[in-house]
Amino acid sequence: MSALHDDEILGKAYDARLMRRLLGYLWPYWRPVAIAFIAIVAGSVAQLAQPYLIKVAIDRHIGAGRLEGLDRLAAIYLGILVASFAADYVQTWILQLTGQRIMFDLRMAIYGHLQRLDLKYYDRNPVGRLMTRVTSDVDVLNDLFTSGVVTVFGDVFTLLGIMGVMLWMNWRLALVAFSVLPLIVLVTQWFRRNVRDSYRVVRGWIARINAFLQENITGMATVQLFRREALNYGRFDEIDRKHRDANIDSIFYYSVFYPAIEVVSSLASALIIWYGGGNVLRNTLSIGVLVAFLQYSVRFFRPISDMSEKFNVLQSAMASSERIFKLLDEPVAIESPARPIHRSSQAMGHIVFDHVWFGYSTKPPGDLRDLSGSHDELDDADYVLKDVSFEVRPGQRVGIVGATGAGKTSLINLLMRFYDVTRGRITIDGVDLRDLDLAGLRGLFSLVLQDVHLFSGTIAENISLGNSAIDDTRLRRAARAVHADVFIERLPAGYASPVAERGSTLSMGQKQLLSFARALAFDPRVLILDEATSSVDTETELLIRDALHALMAGRTTIAIAHRLSTIQDMDKILVLHKGRLRESGTHQELLAARGIYFKLFELQYKNREAQERQDGQEVGSVRL
Amino acid sequence: MSSFRRLLGYALHYRRDFLLGLGCVIVSRGVAVAGPWVLGYAIDDLKADVTRAKLIDYGGLLLAIGVVSGVFLFLQRRILTGASRHIEYDMRNDFFAHLQTLPLGFFQTRRTGDLMSRATNDLNAVRMMIGPAVMYSTSTLLTLVVALTLMISIDARLTLLALIPLPFVSISVKYFGSAIHERFEQIQAQLSDLSAVVQEALSGVRVVRAYRQEAHELERFRESNAEYLRRNRRLVMIQGLFFPSMSFFLGLGALIALWFGSRDVINGRLSLGKFVAFNSYLTMLSWPVIAFGWVTNMLQRGMASWKRMLDVLDTVPAIRDTEPQTDPRTQREPRTQIRNASATSTIRGTIEFRDLVFSYDGGEAVLNHVSVTIEAGQTIALVGVTGSGKSTLISLLARLHDPPPGTVFIDGVDVRDIPLAVLRGAIGFVPQEPFLFSDTLADNVAFGLDAQLALRPPDSPAIDPRARMDRIVAAAAVARLDKDVADFPKAYDTMVGERGITLSGGQKQRTAIARAIVIDPTILILDDALSAVDTYTEEEILSRLRGVMRQRTSLIVSHRISTVRDADQILVIDEGRIVERGTHDALIRHNGLYAALHRKQLLEEELAAS
Repeated sequence: MSALHDDEILGKAYDARLMRRLLGYLWPYWRPVAIAFIAIVAGSVAQLAQPYLIKVAIDRHIGAGRLEGLDRLAAIYLGILVASFAADYVQTWILQLTGQRIMFDLRMAIYGHLQRLDLKYYDRNPVGRLMTRVTSDVDVLNDLFTSGVVTVFGDVFTLLGIMGVMLWMNWRLALVAFSVLPLIVLVTQWFRRNVRDSYRVVRGWIARINAFLQENITGMATVQLFRREALNYGRFDEIDRKHRDANIDSIFYYSVFYPAIEVVSSLASALIIWYGGGNVLRNTLSIGVLVAFLQYSVRFFRPISDMSEKFNVLQSAMASSERIFKLLDEPVAIESPARPIHRSSQAMGHIVFDHVWFGYSTKPPGDLRDLSGSHDELDDADYVLKDVSFEVRPGQRVGIVGATGAGKTSLINLLMRFYDVTRGRITIDGVDLRDLDLAGLRGLFSLVLQDVHLFSGTIAENISLGNSAIDDTRLRRAARAVHADVFIERLPAGYASPVAERGSTLSMGQKQLLSFARALAFDPRVLILDEATSSVDTETELLIRDALHALMAGRTTIAIAHRLSTIQDMDKILVLHKGRLRESGTHQELLAARGIYFKLFELQYKNREAQERQDGQEVGSVRL
Repeated sequence: MSSFRRLLGYALHYRRDFLLGLGCVIVSRGVAVAGPWVLGYAIDDLKADVTRAKLIDYGGLLLAIGVVSGVFLFLQRRILTGASRHIEYDMRNDFFAHLQTLPLGFFQTRRTGDLMSRATNDLNAVRMMIGPAVMYSTSTLLTLVVALTLMISIDARLTLLALIPLPFVSISVKYFGSAIHERFEQIQAQLSDLSAVVQEALSGVRVVRAYRQEAHELERFRESNAEYLRRNRRLVMIQGLFFPSMSFFLGLGALIALWFGSRDVINGRLSLGKFVAFNSYLTMLSWPVIAFGWVTNMLQRGMASWKRMLDVLDTVPAIRDTEPQTDPRTQREPRTQIRNASATSTIRGTIEFRDLVFSYDGGEAVLNHVSVTIEAGQTIALVGVTGSGKSTLISLLARLHDPPPGTVFIDGVDVRDIPLAVLRGAIGFVPQEPFLFSDTLADNVAFGLDAQLALRPPDSPAIDPRARMDRIVAAAAVARLDKDVADFPKAYDTMVGERGITLSGGQKQRTAIARAIVIDPTILILDDALSAVDTYTEEEILSRLRGVMRQRTSLIVSHRISTVRDADQILVIDEGRIVERGTHDALIRHNGLYAALHRKQLLEEELAAS
């Protein structure tokens, strides 16, 4: 539990470095923002003018008993109201709109970066967390604009304006009123310091509540089957109670802040009455100025007490932006080289693994991280592939077998450059993969995975994906070749039928055929099958076997399989064992060698042989 | 109404806090409202030339008002917000406890994110309604009433005139409120579309990269993102109008007061002090008027959220223990039933399915007239294609779904009449897709063991941690997890799941097998639990299991013939019916579906080998 998660970054209330970066996103919109600032200033001036007008009304008209000129004053007051309305609207509209535009830009930046980050990053970060970065975290930043934190700049201007006007009207009285300011600073400092800490504690407990709920809801059947209800309820109660207590602690600071500001505000009023009233008695101050001072002081304290609300928003916005920038700063480990070597179009795709070593991470992730040890050197046990060398000639069909965890999938991950080799190199037609254009490299392959991923869209879109080169004829030809056309044409809208969320309306076998059609439509030089046929029942598997033959015809193929039967007729079989390439050869050669392959084969066929002895006749009759 | 009463039930627990808090609201507001009144007298006295000593009195009075009102404001916030946090805690605990009683079927129809959002976001809205909204609305109402009364007492005509813009305020609150709400919902809908696009592309990252769809996906995202921006712009257009128009209408009120009030002062109908006090009250009113719209919004959201929570809280658990008096096995109270549930020795493990017909929610029958008797200690295998009903059949045994009455029996007792705790305590269940918790490997294996130990009678002897560990290690050895554990950096203390290492599918399945074995179950159920384990390890596990399973009833679901051939009885299930039953040899001789399946598995290998 010691490792700090991204989700647990709680942020400071104000971080100059982050703020500068955020302002960088504001820069492209400096024109509308400048207009908004003018509107803010205009709005503040209009705000300031109102008590002053009351002062004029009292001193020149009400106090003096003169009605003439009051019409003009009222007209000015109305004009100021309208101006204030316009300025406020322009200001909020522009600022919020700009906020939305910045959110749009940020989302594009985050998502664009996610499209470039390598798979190692995805291994470390579950999809749910990455989605939070693109959606919720950005929305939290938006609160900066909607909940008026940005208008804090306006508030500051208003505060300064009020102070200016007060000094201008009567600097002595103004200084007396300002004498409470140190108290305000003290209260605010105290509040800020304490709230920051309690906010962190509360957020920490919220994160635990979420994690606990998520896990227990997802695994509820397991909880119930193993009668863990009472135990897990006890754990939840503990987290929930600590969350409650942390909140009650933080209420204290909020409860003190508001009233404290109110007390200071009434102290200011009392001082104005006492000192200002004395001046009125000595006729050195008009009653109008006194009333204006009282009104200004109310307006002065309002933005300050609002600050406690804005403070929270600011703090979570800082935490979110820190998480976002951390993602954006994540270096892209796998990129096209600056000057890629261009393959000639005649090059056939001769693949060579040359003493390849590979480990998924420098050190195991999370709390297993060994901070004292060196990060660069891997222990032998950390390598998934150890000194693997082999070649695949153009047109050759190669099968890869081995127990779970032997490193089969890693070979493919390296070939497609989802990851880079730790040591050694992989070449295609003599060129190191890392010197080739990334898109060009991946364009050589079609990858078919055991777990078929479908996108929302139509059947046709799922075959062609975003590739405009695949037209309708090519698409249908591909589907027909792998027998996917049969089930597709039975769908209500054929190729235009929509694929429900994650293809839930299609069977496993149908999804598999669809992924074959996709692979064929892309017409790759090299076909890569990763356990592609291990999760369907025997019936469908025969159909799929036939489709595979169509798929592999005339193509370099690399296939990983659990079941030896699927790869027995391959030109070459590689046997991986604990990360090392232990055997290679044809099915017959490997059997004759009586090594690991033979053992694997024996295990899978033991039952069959036993059956043959027992019931040889029957089996014999169906043998072709 | 009843949903409101339920809410009240939670609040009544803290009625003393609420009464005390509301008392504080009254004192705090009542005192604060006196401020402008004092101000008015002070100004009138200034015109009439008073002594400076009197001025100090006025100043002191204003300060005293501020201090008293502030102290009670502090108490009010602390008490009322605190109570709302206590209620939130009670509600969240109840919500979680209720979730625990709901059956698998409930969770299959709900999304996890949705349930979580009810326990957090919705609950927060409910808390805001109970705490801050109640606090603000009473304080607002009080200020409104007192301030209005005082204003009327100063000048009734002026009060009426100044309040002319008030209806406009209410109307615009209502208009903007509903328009904002509608546009906000459209934004939420687009947000979920945006999330779906992201989710799809991120979870399919390998396919996206392999087929070089990065640009295409970015374009899809841009479209959704742009629509989101467009809808937000529509909201901003009217949302930006809200507060400026509020202050406009309120400013209008002040203008009217100035216009008529100044004439009154000049005519001598109103003193200057009263006029200033009146203006102060008008400013004081502006806050309640704005807060009113805000509080209404909080109440609306709170009630909507509370309904969403009740939607879950009112779901009657479809699978629960029968009433104690009708329970033939025990006459104890439900609580003590659970306490003594460790008495699993009462279950011997004879299983009978009697003419079982089952369908999900009245749909097509998944199981049709299934009848079979399994003696205690037997190993039974279930074979059949995907969707034939094998998993459903075994899920009924553990009451993950409820069978119709009188169809499924253990030791001759209808499973529906066996207390859930007793039933499940006797079953070790390994599901198709095992679920591991982010905890240590040992705690994951001991998941059910710890529950079993916790459920023992209170007077049972203390648990020796070493004995617990021994049981974990023994179970792990049977499941062939021991070899993997040796490679883990912290052995059994290694964290698994998101915060630790990621286990392979096979390792997860083997952990789940160890978890089932460690509770020493009378009935062991393996639901295709070896599918991700390679054939060599599968063979090892099966041979070890045979040793452990000798004493128990075992039900094994599998696709592979190799897994099931040694079972005492093999049931072949097809379209919800048992079509064949017998030992491996008998079924091969019978030459039916099983033999055909077997031949087909052999044939496919023959074809490939030739």
